[in-house]
Amino acid sequence: MEAKRDMTKKVPVREQDPKVRAANFDEVCLGYNEEEALAEAQRCLNCKNAKCVTGCPVSIDIPAFIQQVKEGKFEEAAKIIARSSALPAVCGRVCPQESQCEGVCVRGVKGEPVSIGKLERFVADWSRAHGFVPEAPAEKKGKKVAVIGSGPAGLTCAGDLAKMGYEVTIFEALHEPGGVLTYGIPEFRLPKDGVVQPEIENVRRLGVTIETNVVIGKSVTIDELMEQEGFEAVFVGSGAGLPRFMGIPGENANGVFSANEYLTRSNLMKAFREDHDTPIMEAKKVVVVGGGNVAMDAARTALRLGAEVHIVYRRSEKELPARAEEVHHAKEEGIAFHLLTNPAEILTEENGWVRGIVCRRMELGEPDESGRRRPIEVPGSEFEIEADAVIMALGTSPNPLISNTTKGLEVNRRRCIVADESNGKTTKEGVFAGGDAVTGAATVILAMEAGRAGAKGIDAYLSAK
Amino acid sequence: MYQIEKAVKLADKIYLMVVKAPRVAASCEPGEFVIVRMGEEGERIPFTICDYDREAGTVTVVFQTVGASTEKMSALKAGDCFHDFVGPLGNPSEFVKEDPGALRGRRYLFVAGGVGTAPVYPQVKWLKEHGVQADVIIGAKTKDLLILTEEMKEAAGTLYIATDDGSAGYHGMVTGLIEDLVVRQGKHYDVCVAIGPMIMMKFVCLLTKKLALPTIVSLNPIMVDGTGMCGACRVTVGDQVKFACVDGPEFDGHLVHFDEAMKRQQIYKTQEGRAMLRLKEGATHHGGCGHCGGDE
Repeated sequence: MEAKRDMTKKVPVREQDPKVRAANFDEVCLGYNEEEALAEAQRCLNCKNAKCVTGCPVSIDIPAFIQQVKEGKFEEAAKIIARSSALPAVCGRVCPQESQCEGVCVRGVKGEPVSIGKLERFVADWSRAHGFVPEAPAEKKGKKVAVIGSGPAGLTCAGDLAKMGYEVTIFEALHEPGGVLTYGIPEFRLPKDGVVQPEIENVRRLGVTIETNVVIGKSVTIDELMEQEGFEAVFVGSGAGLPRFMGIPGENANGVFSANEYLTRSNLMKAFREDHDTPIMEAKKVVVVGGGNVAMDAARTALRLGAEVHIVYRRSEKELPARAEEVHHAKEEGIAFHLLTNPAEILTEENGWVRGIVCRRMELGEPDESGRRRPIEVPGSEFEIEADAVIMALGTSPNPLISNTTKGLEVNRRRCIVADESNGKTTKEGVFAGGDAVTGAATVILAMEAGRAGAKGIDAYLSAK
Repeated sequence: MYQIEKAVKLADKIYLMVVKAPRVAASCEPGEFVIVRMGEEGERIPFTICDYDREAGTVTVVFQTVGASTEKMSALKAGDCFHDFVGPLGNPSEFVKEDPGALRGRRYLFVAGGVGTAPVYPQVKWLKEHGVQADVIIGAKTKDLLILTEEMKEAAGTLYIATDDGSAGYHGMVTGLIEDLVVRQGKHYDVCVAIGPMIMMKFVCLLTKKLALPTIVSLNPIMVDGTGMCGACRVTVGDQVKFACVDGPEFDGHLVHFDEAMKRQQIYKTQEGRAMLRLKEGATHHGGCGHCGGDE
């Protein structure tokens, strides 16, 4: 078998059959087993100046961990990854590898790159299954740091600081920690009990305290945390939680939801399960507006809840911001894509419920400030899509609750907190920030990179104090 | 976990609970609200803050049973716990941020409908503590559904009662009583604050617009997170779309699009009805009633 193997191709990963998975919330991708991981690891060329490492926002020593996998030393592999990433089981599943590590892999020049994401996932899942857990540091610094938000930026920052010996408390506004990993990304892509909770548990094992149900800016302010509760530094990783709407007629009709609402009901509140109380609309035909990961997640959730689903996106396939794997999976599951299409109006019944959506065809003109070709409406191209629900997945912006209630914390015109990328420093002394709260909506791994930079910045600040 | 220190039934379907929640008690102000969750499988439900004790670290909430979740909560007793209790959420009433001196010359008329009496109470109490005597109307269908009348009498300048059936106070709707006070008795008010069922707030606003009496209403739409994340609570105010949780919950009542807001409250009515039937009839209900959809 080894002789016949085509080394230019990835070892295929096992997945649930599209017809079966379209009706359940179990994880789509089943991941590699030991045999498959060993076979895929053989494909790594162990480059001296490995491009994949520079392609990784947190600079995981990718060739080194893959060499350990090759030799079957999975615990060693896990230790190498743990030096750079606190959430490997998450990143192996949700990172856009095609535009990072795998995008620059030398194997990819004449064939498919090494399946780095799937190998990372394998190592993380193996070490979790075999009870390999990080240990709390022996030496304590006796200094308190507050971390606001328990998403990827906050968890990474808190984990790093705890390893350095700081006493860290994470404040989370919702009733469950995890941020977007919990409320945003669906179960079928990122299992909550199987993957997210154990990763959070690992951060707790390092000695981090997580206090849920605390809305910073309302329950307590940053100034109060620093002046009254003894926190010497604060990291703000509060994410980008505010949903955008289009401002088109009919958008407040019954049956129009933000993707945030729809996904929060399903993921955080578990409305898809009979034994949970939170309701979610049982729509028959759903239109999802947008082309990012969140749009794919909302569309595939609606599909699993029994709807026929249509995605409407104003640019072409090439510009879809979602991970390639998500688009591929969505198509396999039978979701219809209407590209170069933009909504103009939502049509409603007299009782206030959605009955359809009017769209216009688009064509691509000259590149805009994002470098992508600007979509332009084709005059007279209106047409209707019948629907009883419309989900808006148009991106999110940072919540102003914290910036509005913290003296001296500057934001830019997009309401993003102004912070130094290299160390997270904000305009307020002792306050650091990173992740979507600083950049606007981005990815899990970029937020982790910012969390890591923030931890280094805080350590430098408190060491000099 | 947030322990319930006291649980009292105030009237049919209306319950008061005092809950230990030190962070909320330390920071809440009149006009704000909390979100509670009963257990691991529970919904997040916005509740009105009726009172708070900063020293004891307790917050008093009042709620009416409207669906399966609140029905289950109504069975909680002193010593039981809420799984989650988060807040304060929303913005404080505007007067909280104003100079007390400027407030003293202002004549307030509060109009409380049914369970809406609960959020009115801390506002009237706060004003009294800052030297402002506000007049209050409490309206209810019938005498037995009036709540917090004794507490309100303490805090208000003059307390008026209106019941639809005339079993206590003025015989008729609160709008009739407002008209009586302002038009026939010639009382002057600078601001009206109306909190109660959406339909009551709508008709109070139609009347006060005619009377040129500026009116603030407090909205309680469907919400999930209560921090601006989901947008379920969006409401049209003037020509702008606002989120009641972070932009409100209080708005200029003359600008609120009440008909849209009332339609939006119906979004989950079908599911809520089914959940209620499941709770009430349990395994004994097997569909066939033609209402619950259990036989679909």
